[in-house]
Amino acid sequence: MYGFEALYFNVDGGYLEAIVRGYRAGLLTAADYNNLCQCESLDDVKMHLAATDYGPYLANEPSPLHTTTIVEKCTQKLVDDYNHMLTQATEPLSTFLEYISYGHMIDNVVLIVTGTLHERDVHELLEKCHPLGMFDSIATLAVAQNLRELYRLVLVDTPLAPYFSECISSEDLDDMNIEIMRNTLYKAYLEDFYRFCQKLGGATATIMCDLLAFEADRRAVDITINSIGTELTRDDRRKLYSNFGLLYPYGHEELAVCDDFDQVRGTMDKYPPYQSIFAKLSFGESQMLDKAFYEEEVKRLCQAFEQQFHYAVFFAYIRLREQETRNLMWISECVAQNQKSRIHDGIVLIF
Amino acid sequence: MGFVLFWREWTHAFLYMSPFVFSAIGIALSVGVSVLGAAWGIYITGSTLIGAAIRAPRITSKNLISVIFCEAVAIYGVIVAIILQTKLENTTQPFHPESMRAGYSLFSSGIIVGFANLVCGLCVGIIGSSCALSDAQNSTLFVKILVIEIFGSALGLFGVIVGIIMSSQATWPSSPI
Repeated sequence: MYGFEALYFNVDGGYLEAIVRGYRAGLLTAADYNNLCQCESLDDVKMHLAATDYGPYLANEPSPLHTTTIVEKCTQKLVDDYNHMLTQATEPLSTFLEYISYGHMIDNVVLIVTGTLHERDVHELLEKCHPLGMFDSIATLAVAQNLRELYRLVLVDTPLAPYFSECISSEDLDDMNIEIMRNTLYKAYLEDFYRFCQKLGGATATIMCDLLAFEADRRAVDITINSIGTELTRDDRRKLYSNFGLLYPYGHEELAVCDDFDQVRGTMDKYPPYQSIFAKLSFGESQMLDKAFYEEEVKRLCQAFEQQFHYAVFFAYIRLREQETRNLMWISECVAQNQKSRIHDGIVLIF
Repeated sequence: MGFVLFWREWTHAFLYMSPFVFSAIGIALSVGVSVLGAAWGIYITGSTLIGAAIRAPRITSKNLISVIFCEAVAIYGVIVAIILQTKLENTTQPFHPESMRAGYSLFSSGIIVGFANLVCGLCVGIIGSSCALSDAQNSTLFVKILVIEIFGSALGLFGVIVGIIMSSQATWPSSPI
């Protein structure tokens, strides 16, 4: 019943909603980013972060600090927050939180399979995996030779199993197949998540379906741009687009036949929300597209906090933390390489 | 044994129900549904308050006002129930129409007070929950949202006033046989 969630949401979700809003209050503000941008070295960065929520995580790190350590500790904070909420959640919030981690699981699976293909050591790869997407049998992924083995040995026991029905084949894994596998899995995951949110109903459905539609559309544009000039056929490209979102189905028809960036821009100009994103880029420039999409995503995520009594705040918080981790990584790299003039090119301010 | 009328039509069924049935149900509704409203409001506010206070412990003492406003709603229900039960008097069958009217007026008074307090408790509870979250982020917002809560808790008072007016004229004369 939309509009009456205030009456019964707090029974199971009231405490955790208040907790996640408390976490949100700890996200870095524009003033924090100003201070960080004026740092001379990574130790200055650590000192400025000591006053924020990251203080306890960075306090015991010895100097000299590396950028990877900072990023690792920030991710650790996100994972601790996530686990704290997941252990206290009841259904359906616990399923909702688990859905958020499946995206990272897919990324980890692809990372290990690609790394194995390029003959890297499994332990080195496991350290690079995102902690939110770890599952028990992940190390066994290094053994599989093709998708069918991958599925049979490892993935059938994970929550990703239902997403594999569309992409099982006996072909050997190579770079192209792996990218197609990643996108097919992600498509199935997004559609599943979308159906789940719609079933939840109420404000959760409205806000989450909007956020997921934006995600699907963004991925469609990214797939299109990344596959321009590759061997991916138009039909294959069409198959990788999700079947929901603002661009479905007519925008997908047009995107499938795009051959360069300006054609993509022409397609997107027909959709007002995306037209404003593409208007920020001058002709022929595609590097800033990622940043423009991130800015739009952050704007929508912040708006999710305007309503009370729904689950989208949890999704929004995790995404905003990830954006913050990306910002900190960019700032740390710029500071470490002494390129502070480029700091503002890469960060997206949240508040 | 009471006075027995012959059944003429089923539409006269209400005439055979004692006014005390309705009074008793009214008194039960007045306290029962008010307490339901108060409890509902308290849990809505309380769960949010506990979670928000982990991050911002300073909000706990001020935000207990929201819980107190919800509790007041239950007290209104109890007070009206006590007032209603003092209006009950002994009377014999056959019931004088004025006694029937007294029974119905206690019943309606109970419904009025009960349901007004139910929605008042819900209203104050939901606002109290948002108030706790806003106060945790920005402490200047507390007093402004408290004004909204005060208007909300006035709804319970309206119910109490109308309920007491409804029941004030309840008299139970006996009818001469």
